[in-house]
Amino acid sequence: MNDPYQVIHDTTFRLLKKAVTELPSDIKEALETARNNETDETAKTQLSAILTNLEIAETGVPMCQDTGIMIFYVKVGAKFPFAGEIKEAITQACRKATKEIPIRPNAVNPIVGGNSGDNTGVKIPWINWEIVDGDSAQITAFPKGGGSENASIVGMLKPGVGLTGVKKLVVDNAFSYMGKACAPNIIGVGIGGGADIAIKIAKQQLMRPLNDKHPEPEVAKIEEELMDAINSSGIGPMGLGGKTTVLGVKVDYAMRHPASLPVGVAVQCWAARRSTAVISKDLKVTYLTHPLEGN
Amino acid sequence: MAEYHLTTPISEEAARKLKVGDVIYVTGEHVYTARDEAHERAIEMFEKGEKPPVDFEGSVIYHVGPVAWKKDGKWKIVSAGPTTSIRMELFEDAFLRDYKARILVGKGGMGKKTLAALKEVGAVYCSYTGGCGALAAKGLKEVRAYEWQDLGMPEALWVITAEEFGPLLVTMDSHGKSIHEEMDKLVASRKAEVYAKIGVKE
Repeated sequence: MNDPYQVIHDTTFRLLKKAVTELPSDIKEALETARNNETDETAKTQLSAILTNLEIAETGVPMCQDTGIMIFYVKVGAKFPFAGEIKEAITQACRKATKEIPIRPNAVNPIVGGNSGDNTGVKIPWINWEIVDGDSAQITAFPKGGGSENASIVGMLKPGVGLTGVKKLVVDNAFSYMGKACAPNIIGVGIGGGADIAIKIAKQQLMRPLNDKHPEPEVAKIEEELMDAINSSGIGPMGLGGKTTVLGVKVDYAMRHPASLPVGVAVQCWAARRSTAVISKDLKVTYLTHPLEGN
Repeated sequence: MAEYHLTTPISEEAARKLKVGDVIYVTGEHVYTARDEAHERAIEMFEKGEKPPVDFEGSVIYHVGPVAWKKDGKWKIVSAGPTTSIRMELFEDAFLRDYKARILVGKGGMGKKTLAALKEVGAVYCSYTGGCGALAAKGLKEVRAYEWQDLGMPEALWVITAEEFGPLLVTMDSHGKSIHEEMDKLVASRKAEVYAKIGVKE
């Protein structure tokens, strides 16, 4: 039997490599559609540059120099036997990826300063753990760029403003950062729970495929309205004008406290990098977003 | 809208010819990366009367923190798309006055202080498509030096020879025009229409 630590480590390394060099197919297709739909010359030029860039990146070069801060989402089956190996394997894979892909060292100590040089350090890589049923583990590498992260917000609204107030917050935020978050963007919105819960839900929405609609029609309608509204702003790719400001808006919620209406808005640049694999209890690996050749 | 293929160092006269909407490709040895910390250090050195390791006059200053690696003893830029330029608004006007760089390259545009300095000094700001790191690296042919390494890979001063680095879209010029300002106005004029779609009355 293979060494579980090694399997998790090697899987994570491939997830990172694929995440930073190849966009998931839904994102790439959306960018192609956007280029074909744009009539504005500048917008077309920006989207063409992005698509050419993606072709070059697929030869094994990071598509963006900001290869992000190391964030992972891990769903561990309650009966997965190697949960204890995951954290260290992911950390070591980040170190190897830094040297060998290579990716940019992006872990800076905010207190004493200094870049750790290997994308690891205090609480980084950050792992979002979730315990689920079953005996496998699902790992998603989600390296997140700084430019779009800087456009993310949490608003603690007065419940009286209602859903209109929620939508206004999301739209006003888009107006405030314009193209600075490398539009076309994907926006995740989390409503309710608390400040931390709202932004956590918001960020989880960035994991959803672009064609995924929220199962509840009321929420799906908010997603559509927000997308239509923001795309009518004219901000366009890179904020230089055009029809495509967002590729998608994804919304979800939790119950809220009677006195609070927290709203998290997570902004993702067009380089929406994510790569997911499932490791079974007998250490078989299935890559979901970036399948192995021949699968 | 014109297309220019410029070679560094770039003269004040050449920079003043450029207008918003023009597209530039740059070739030459005076291409330097600089983010927040490199700007800050360069300004401090100027104030102290010290000489930076390179001559910034006539140069292209690229707002970028590249991914680079050392292969066979030589540094190579792997991926190098622009970073958000507005962070450098704190330093850029002083930097331009001190050192007379002629082309700034970044993303997202800059503010009024920089726009005024571009006019005063004779320089332009160009937008490069954000995130296009692999594409940009193709135009950044050679790393000649890696200065200020203590700032870390992204913040250091990379000394680069460029070959047809572009397309760089002039979005702020020395005549006081800024596409970013115009976009702000255009988008603001649409705000009521956007609000109407989500049921917000202004």
